[in-house]
Amino acid sequence: MIQDILRILFRFLVLMLVQVLVLNNVELGGYINPFLYVLFLLTLPVKIPKVLLLIVAMATGLTIDMFQNTMGMHASACLVLAFLRPSWLKIIAPRDGYDTEAIPSIRQFGYRWFLAYSAVLVFLHHFILFYIEVFRMSEFMNTFLRILLSSAVTLLLIMLSQFMTLRPERSGKQ
Amino acid sequence: MRLLFLLLWRNNFTIVFFLLQGLSFYLLIENNKYQNATVLNATNAVVTKTTEGVSYVREYIHLRENNQFLADENARLRAQLREASYQSDTNHTQINDTLTKQQYTFITAKVINNSVNRRNNYITLNKGKLQGVRPEMGVITSNGIAGIVKQVSDHYCTVMSLLHKDSRISAKIKSNNFFGSLVWDGSDPRFASLNEIDKTVPVKIGDTIVTTSFSSIFPADILIGVVSSKELRKGSNFHDIRVKLTTRFDNLTYVYIVDNLMKNEQRLLEEQSNTQD
Repeated sequence: MIQDILRILFRFLVLMLVQVLVLNNVELGGYINPFLYVLFLLTLPVKIPKVLLLIVAMATGLTIDMFQNTMGMHASACLVLAFLRPSWLKIIAPRDGYDTEAIPSIRQFGYRWFLAYSAVLVFLHHFILFYIEVFRMSEFMNTFLRILLSSAVTLLLIMLSQFMTLRPERSGKQ
Repeated sequence: MRLLFLLLWRNNFTIVFFLLQGLSFYLLIENNKYQNATVLNATNAVVTKTTEGVSYVREYIHLRENNQFLADENARLRAQLREASYQSDTNHTQINDTLTKQQYTFITAKVINNSVNRRNNYITLNKGKLQGVRPEMGVITSNGIAGIVKQVSDHYCTVMSLLHKDSRISAKIKSNNFFGSLVWDGSDPRFASLNEIDKTVPVKIGDTIVTTSFSSIFPADILIGVVSSKELRKGSNFHDIRVKLTTRFDNLTYVYIVDNLMKNEQRLLEEQSNTQD
């Protein structure tokens, strides 16, 4: 249990550092702005209490906001992600349901499941985030293009980091 | 009543969601009101330290080209020195000294945080109130303009970058002095568009665009960019002019904050004549 919490904290720290120190400073053609840090919210345990999930999402969003100087924007997008995550998990649940210790990952659920799982949530997160940032409808298509491209790159990074961290699971998993 | 409590208990997830969402929107709006200066609070010392670290690395990476920039600028400034030009009449300099009065002073500052990939970009500089920076001062680079100071704390200031949806800069075509306003359309950090230039005005690709002195923020004739393309849409009274900015926002490291010593005088006078109408 303690080990799980430490692991989650470690993942939080690493993803925040990568986002703040590297990805926030990467500029890809002015359109693409990957937000790999959402991987942290995606890989929280399946059975995490829903309200706790919301609070963790809020804290994650605010941390990024502080560094990006955009108070409330990421927090809001992360909350939407956290709000819809339980329902989406229920919709795409495997036939025999989830294990009590299950963590959404390629390792445990296969890469097609994980891609479907993260694609929808990442897109939603980016959708909310970019439209809150622009806050007007006049640039709808332009913003939409940015959302699509950024989501694609974020997804790519998520899949890559998943493959990078593939390693034998600890005992207790089938 | 019991039913109400039951209903609340059943939906606690949704309620917490809306409460937190309300909180983040509150933060968002509160923050817009204070123009993103929240990051400058003392409580955020950690954040400023980290961004300073990032900018340190970034500065190191761009060291070579920045040296080149500074050397170029030194050369240009040296050329403007009195020693560099031939003096035909020594008496002239004396008259010159009493005739000219310093209007602008410049504060050098280092960029410690910057972005170009958002719709509304801000730049954070390492100079603040204690160094004499005040809101509404212009910020220029050695080869163009960067933005306008928005919020000031003791040691830092935030600058609304030219790459911001609310930034409008008064600009003119250098060759014929027709003026319009320069805005950024949000797509490419290298280009901006110049609006409100009448269709009868002759515009050529390659024309130089410079600042006007209307706003009292920037000195007149500071380089902004060159016309890269123009278009006259049917039924429109104005040219659609695209300007290639001379400032490269993606490697901004050192900038100058412009202090207009006569700004208040100009503003007061203009306000007086406006109220008399």
